[in-house]
Amino acid sequence: MTEPALRVEDLRTHFHARQGIVKAVEDVSFSVAPGKILGLVGESGSGKSVTGFSIIGLVDPPGRVVAGRILLGGRNLLGLAPEEMRRIRGNRIAMIFQDPMMTLNPVLRIDTQMIEAVQAHADVGRATARERARNALARVGIASPDERLLAYPHQFSGGMRQRVAIAIALLNKPELIIADEPTTALDVTIQGQILFEMQKLARESGTALIWITHDLSVIAGLADEISVMYAGRIVEQGSVDQVLDAPLHPYTQGLIASVPSRNRRGEPLQQIPGMTPSLLDPAPGCAFRERCARADSTCADDPPMSSPVAGRQVRCFHPLTA
Amino acid sequence: MAAFIIRRLLQSVLVLGFMSLLVFVGVYAIGNPVDILISPQADQADMARAIAALGLDQPLWQQYLIFLKQALSGDLGRSFAYSIPAIQLILERIPATLELALTATGIAVLLGIPLGLWAGLAPDSWPGKLIMTGSILGFSLPTFWVGLMLIMLFAVELGWLPSGGRGPTTELFGIPVSFLSWEGIRHLILPAVNLALFKLALIIRLARAGTREALLQDYVKFARAKGLSEARVVCVHVAKNIMIPIVTVIGLEFGSVIAFAVVTESIFAWPGMGKLLIDSINVLDRPVIVAYLMVIVSLFILINLAVDIIYSLLDPRVRIGEAKT
Repeated sequence: MTEPALRVEDLRTHFHARQGIVKAVEDVSFSVAPGKILGLVGESGSGKSVTGFSIIGLVDPPGRVVAGRILLGGRNLLGLAPEEMRRIRGNRIAMIFQDPMMTLNPVLRIDTQMIEAVQAHADVGRATARERARNALARVGIASPDERLLAYPHQFSGGMRQRVAIAIALLNKPELIIADEPTTALDVTIQGQILFEMQKLARESGTALIWITHDLSVIAGLADEISVMYAGRIVEQGSVDQVLDAPLHPYTQGLIASVPSRNRRGEPLQQIPGMTPSLLDPAPGCAFRERCARADSTCADDPPMSSPVAGRQVRCFHPLTA
Repeated sequence: MAAFIIRRLLQSVLVLGFMSLLVFVGVYAIGNPVDILISPQADQADMARAIAALGLDQPLWQQYLIFLKQALSGDLGRSFAYSIPAIQLILERIPATLELALTATGIAVLLGIPLGLWAGLAPDSWPGKLIMTGSILGFSLPTFWVGLMLIMLFAVELGWLPSGGRGPTTELFGIPVSFLSWEGIRHLILPAVNLALFKLALIIRLARAGTREALLQDYVKFARAKGLSEARVVCVHVAKNIMIPIVTVIGLEFGSVIAFAVVTESIFAWPGMGKLLIDSINVLDRPVIVAYLMVIVSLFILINLAVDIIYSLLDPRVRIGEAKT
């Protein structure tokens, strides 16, 4: 097996709020191989975005990574000096954000925003940087890139802006791209195009990709591996086909059942009863037990990660093994 | 762009016309200048002669039409008190006021933006809190009192700076200015600081609020995710965004700095337009008051035009006359 591009071990990110500690990310471990796509799935507030920002070192205060290791090519990113971390951001790890209308600075031209990203990491002149920016725009399918470099963000549509953001992420040929729901704000046809291109780019360049989303249908066609997060923890991990075809965790099953499907046309959609629990000083035990049909008294303890089926992991006392 | 400027200038002519009517009627209502100008011993015949000489015997609408006709040829009337053209009187005083206003605005901008950025970046640090507390003082202390305190401290107690007047001036392109000689600068410091204080507080608060807001935006986070240095994030990505409201306010405030330098000019005996206005109101020197207000209105119009142009340079989304692609 090849060395993973990124390995996260026992990551914990907590927010020290006035009311107490919010454990947004608890004990999260996963790894991504070069050229592979990991889908990080969960509801709003499950800690998936915070996991992404923890990796790139941009958790907003009062949040802080309190424990764990984040190994990029074998080197632990936690504990790096701010300047060392800055040199990695945008260079070896890039990030794409959810809302393309907000990620580009409205008062700076596209060329300014791209050239500065090149020059932050490579000691090259403006002409070279501009050439790289132009090529990156062309690569993400933007027509007449030379002209578009001179435009301002408001002259682009949402889908085009997300392409620009992707082009910026690709500029320095990163080993890892973290995509935080980058297609949520786009309409379906644009979403399809972007998914296709991202998949192609990851495969071609050997870039590892972490795709954070709440949308299982996106993951189904895109990712190789999937990690399902619930209340700050990963509850199930495995290959996309296995997890989506035969989920082991009751939560994963609930998520899959709540996606509208052609196969169940006309039947009422399932929903998971109850609400996601508060992450503020959570009680011990399985966080899903209040909403779980299979829960019993054993679930009052913290379930450990177990591997009832080879190559898969689940955090449940009563996995849905056949 | 050219079409925009021409359209704006045409609108400005309308505004000027309307203002002139308003000002003329307003000043007419204040009182009869002849009562003050003429000596108390004068008899009825002298009075009638004086009134006729000043053209005050005609009905108001006729006086206004005469004024308008002369104004169009650049003549805003002759000062009752000094017997020289009012516009000349004002133009003589403009350099002093402009220099004071520009210096004050310069101080406010050059100090206010960095301090506001700092306070916005580190709102919980003690310098951040100190800056904000200081800005509250700048807001709430009355200008005249601060002016008096400045004189007390720096002129009377410490004796470092002169207490008033403009001091010697140097000619620059035929315009008398203070800032070219050390003695002139010494005279300029106190009034300029006094006039700048309120604007400084305003700009600090604007810059701080803008910074706090910009820092929460995704584009700042994205700029950090690109691995840009903190200096680049703050000085380019944040600063350029907060400049938009600041330029607007600086423009508006620059007009009011000129128009309301009256208090500071009176305290520091600064020979500017503001002091001239107060003196003219005291003797009901109508042509000077009218001419002064017309000059101020023109200045406001020009400043606002400049602000609109700068604004469009800063914010591509409001760029004037540019076709949207």
